Amino acid sequence: MSSPQPGARTGAAVSKPAVEVADLRKKFGDLEVLKGVSLTAGNGDVVAIIGGSGSGKSTLLRCINMLELPTSGAISIQGETIEMKPDGRDGLRPANAAQLRRIRTRLAMVFQSFNLWQHMTVLGNVIEAPVQVMGVPRDEAIARAEKLLERVGLSDKRDVYPAFLSGGQQQRAAIARALAVEPEVMLFDEPTSALDPELVGEVLAVIADLAREGRTMLLVTHEMKFAREVANHVVFLADGVIEEEGPPDLVYSAPKSERLRKFLATVE
Amino acid sequence: MSPDKRRWNEPHRLVLLAIAVGIVLFAAYNMRWDWLPRYSGRLVEGVGTTLWLLFLTSVLGFLLAVPLGLAQAAGPVWLSAPARAFCTVIRGTPLLLQLWLLYYGLGSLFAYWPEIRQSWAWPYLRSAWPYGVLALTISFAGYEGEVMRGAFAGVPKGELEAGRAYGMSPLTVFRRIWLPRAIHRALPTLAGETVLQLKATPLVATITVVDVYAIISRVRQDTYLTYEPLLLLALIYMMLTGVLVLAFRWLEARVPVKGG
Repeated sequence: MSSPQPGARTGAAVSKPAVEVADLRKKFGDLEVLKGVSLTAGNGDVVAIIGGSGSGKSTLLRCINMLELPTSGAISIQGETIEMKPDGRDGLRPANAAQLRRIRTRLAMVFQSFNLWQHMTVLGNVIEAPVQVMGVPRDEAIARAEKLLERVGLSDKRDVYPAFLSGGQQQRAAIARALAVEPEVMLFDEPTSALDPELVGEVLAVIADLAREGRTMLLVTHEMKFAREVANHVVFLADGVIEEEGPPDLVYSAPKSERLRKFLATVE
Repeated sequence: MSPDKRRWNEPHRLVLLAIAVGIVLFAAYNMRWDWLPRYSGRLVEGVGTTLWLLFLTSVLGFLLAVPLGLAQAAGPVWLSAPARAFCTVIRGTPLLLQLWLLYYGLGSLFAYWPEIRQSWAWPYLRSAWPYGVLALTISFAGYEGEVMRGAFAGVPKGELEAGRAYGMSPLTVFRRIWLPRAIHRALPTLAGETVLQLKATPLVATITVVDVYAIISRVRQDTYLTYEPLLLLALIYMMLTGVLVLAFRWLEARVPVKGG
């Protein structure tokens, strides 16, 4: 099920790219984790970001919605650049908090450790951002949330607190929470890495389903086979730079760089 | 096993019930209770004063404890250092001392100030009640500030991050996630601390606030009885404690979080 119609990587050229990362650098103290990464994702693209641990792939994803503040570089969503200013210590910080909040509501993130709000029921988690941030009327948000929970197979868990769900159920609830803001771009940060092996499948099925309906997604993952199936573009990150990128079939079957070859051999 | 599943007629409970009934009957027949009707009205008022004092100082103290805890958990050093100093001093000195310093110290200083003596506030500042409320409030704030520090610090960072990632402002993150999560984490401790606060309230009788303890002292002076009034007082505090514990248990049960 490699990406069909809208996912073909041509949309980027026609309209404004959904996500554009320009020469992104990130230092943690003396350690440079990202050393100038540029990346473009068109509308409907599913971009898989792969790489070894410490390659900077999670940091890259977290810089896109500014959970991690880049040292330099720029991020644009649908052509709108997130306004940044120097933080006075060789880094950047948001220059316009209202703009950043607005842009964040157009991005939805799914975290490795789910990060559901433990004091709210599953339904409460799903309607929280629409009601509190976007001002959607409560009834409307609940009606929509119920549809989303049905979609991820959690209708019977709507009034359950997250602590009483399995990891797979929690992550599916987190995906419903992400869908509730009707995001233009979904960011998945190793969504299955914290799951027991037998629970990975149910979460991947939901993500594959979203990819099929033409959602724009950036997916940091260790699931190589899955990335190959759902992505239409694969980015291999090594030591903070994009070592190689391209269509999955090409990247996987004919890796050009030695590092990618070695990496693919170790994760097989 | 949840409390409602326990049966009241288990053997050990029956024995305890029998002992309790025995004590009550013994006390009723062998002790003097003829004074009770004469003081019942004042006792009810005294319980009212005690409860109002507890409620007022716990709520005000908690409202102070939230910024004190937040400053220590996440504030810049110029906020966290004074907050920590406040909590340390309050927790490191006896409540009775704080109460007397405020009432006999601050209260008598005010009297030297003609502007204050002539102001509208003087009738209040001259009475003991505000000093009792103030002392109990800052005491509660000092202890609970420390509890809230731990509670704020213990909320998983990922949940706050998720709030930001979905476009929440810092205030919304605090109001919707950080504070409710922290309060829920702190509830079991707060329950115990509120019971302690109840049992700290009789100290205000030493500065002439008339709570239930002061009424009972009055009974003892009037009647020369020792045990009867004190036993009644013990019973009253135990019942109030029971109500508090049940109320907090109900609150805690509203959000079941496994493993906090």
